[in-house]
Amino acid sequence: MAISLLTPEFIIERNDERCIRCQVCVRQCANLAHIYDEEEDRVLADDSKCVNCHRCVTLCPTRAITIRKNPLEFKENANWTASAIREIYKQAETGGILLTGMGNDKPYPVYWDRMLINASQVTNPSIDPLREPMELKTFLGRKPEMLKVENGKLKEKLPPQLELEVPIMFSAMSFGSISFNACQALAMAASELGIMYNTGEGGLHKDLRKYGKNTIVQVASGRFGVDPEYLNAGAAIEIKIGQGAKPGIGGHLPGEKVTAQISQTRMIPLGSDAISPAPHHDIYSIEDLRQLIFSLKEATDYQKPVAVKIAAVHNVAAICSGIARAGADIIVIDGFRGGTGAAPLRIRDNVGIPIEFALAAVDTRLRQEGIRSQVSLVCAGGIRNSADVIKAIALGADAVYIGQAALIAMGCHMCQKCYTGKCNWGIATQDPNLVKRLNPEIGARRLVNLIKAWAHEMKEMLGGMGINAIESLRGNRFMLRGIGLTSRELDILGIKAAGE
Amino acid sequence: MDKSNITAPKRIYAKEDVCIGCRLCEIHCIAAHSKYRHDLIKTFKKLSKRPLPRIVVEEDVPLSFGLQCRHCDDPECVKACITGAMQKDPKTGLVINDTERCIGCWTCILACPYGVIRRDYTNKKVASKCDFCLESGLEPACVKNCPNEALYIKNTIKYYDL
Repeated sequence: MAISLLTPEFIIERNDERCIRCQVCVRQCANLAHIYDEEEDRVLADDSKCVNCHRCVTLCPTRAITIRKNPLEFKENANWTASAIREIYKQAETGGILLTGMGNDKPYPVYWDRMLINASQVTNPSIDPLREPMELKTFLGRKPEMLKVENGKLKEKLPPQLELEVPIMFSAMSFGSISFNACQALAMAASELGIMYNTGEGGLHKDLRKYGKNTIVQVASGRFGVDPEYLNAGAAIEIKIGQGAKPGIGGHLPGEKVTAQISQTRMIPLGSDAISPAPHHDIYSIEDLRQLIFSLKEATDYQKPVAVKIAAVHNVAAICSGIARAGADIIVIDGFRGGTGAAPLRIRDNVGIPIEFALAAVDTRLRQEGIRSQVSLVCAGGIRNSADVIKAIALGADAVYIGQAALIAMGCHMCQKCYTGKCNWGIATQDPNLVKRLNPEIGARRLVNLIKAWAHEMKEMLGGMGINAIESLRGNRFMLRGIGLTSRELDILGIKAAGE
Repeated sequence: MDKSNITAPKRIYAKEDVCIGCRLCEIHCIAAHSKYRHDLIKTFKKLSKRPLPRIVVEEDVPLSFGLQCRHCDDPECVKACITGAMQKDPKTGLVINDTERCIGCWTCILACPYGVIRRDYTNKKVASKCDFCLESGLEPACVKNCPNEALYIKNTIKYYDL
């Protein structure tokens, strides 16, 4: 076999003064990067197999291991960077599409970091959330144009609403792309927090049906695991048209990951490839989408809100206007930083638009058309902290989805190797030896902590602005100022520049 | 029976669903019973004769779990012990081997249905078994250091709550 031109990306450094040869690293690395040499009584490393997931580093009881970027340099070249060269080597060796996992990691501007939040000074009082009530409760769903009241009671029934204690939900991540334990942790946390998690397109495992009140069931192009019982098992239904990480691209769960449990949950034969087509083959227009929305509403007796999720692309505002008119109760927009278990690298890194622009454009358009109250807007794709959530809500979102942040809370280290199925943290894998590494109770506890912490911070920020309910911040772009943005960018975001 | 002076007996349980087979429990158990106590580096670097781990990870992947003395309600090892070294403490419910009285006849090893008593040739010529880290006065090292909470202490009052 000809020699590979790819050199190790990372170097495993072991401090021999601290290494006690306990071999925890050897047992923990699913990539087999650590090897114990019995004759020499030493632990050795095969650097080429290391993906820098920090599993060994974290589990090493004497902190003997460090992973470094391989200092090996190519001749400096602004055009032919190391990654550009390495990607060509990889394709020249394999002849394949480059795959990757998680969200776009290229240095495109992060517009959240170019928006600043307001606070009250002198002319209006700020509020201390520790002393005064502060409301984060959010309802997602179609709101009536007006309320008709008769004898002090609502005359007409409200359209179905999703009630969230905090305007944050866990994004769609399927059983298949992530492990059962990860799904269970998300479900347990959502249930404890009074928020929603989303099944993704992998169906709903029978053991997770008990979390139905906090579940959004997804219907995607593969229609895996969809039957009337499934549609009625959750609190809402989401039609997935697109995903921020790979707009215009379907999905492919390789047959080796289709275990007995996944086969049963997805309702497909054991070991068969689960292929989600790029389009829904019954949706070629807004009218077709309307048919599916109403089929699903019919199947659930108009008791559950129906969401439509799309990737943020060039004409997102017009598309969302169509989706609202097609009868969706909730629109989810997933920005180009959205995560994935597997996507072609070129698609992930080059297709789609930033969520900040998409969200602002959609909110503006729906308001201009007078249909904003007909739908709730959910913003997804690369939300990293509570300030991003506050900014998204001020830009016009009703709630946000977090996927990658939730995975990181459960132990993900962003090595971007989800597609290999060898996730050392027990998240993006179906290998029973690895799945066990994620204790659902610990995962759920960490997720609950994260959302509670964010909720506290959001209350602090709201209080600072002199606002005591998240509802008063929704679409309140006066609370944002741009920094380092062009006037065109400020126009699209609909915010003023800092100092204005 | 006067219950006022009874400490609720505790036992360590394993959750095989989430045991990841890392064997950190064994490693920390060795250190906890060495003369360097909880110093892993000194225990492993300086001692050529280290204590045996008193917890052993039984493995038939993907199944694995840490196994140590169950501190049985009616311990076979105590009944089998010819010198009276192996005793069940009526207060704590723990089965403890008095190493001063133990002569290393290993009858207890034959009697133990769980195979959790081992012959410690390396340290002293005595039977080695889980002592619940009583001397340290701390939470047992295996439970404290299990990275995935696959070991936990549960109070078992059933037997003593008569």
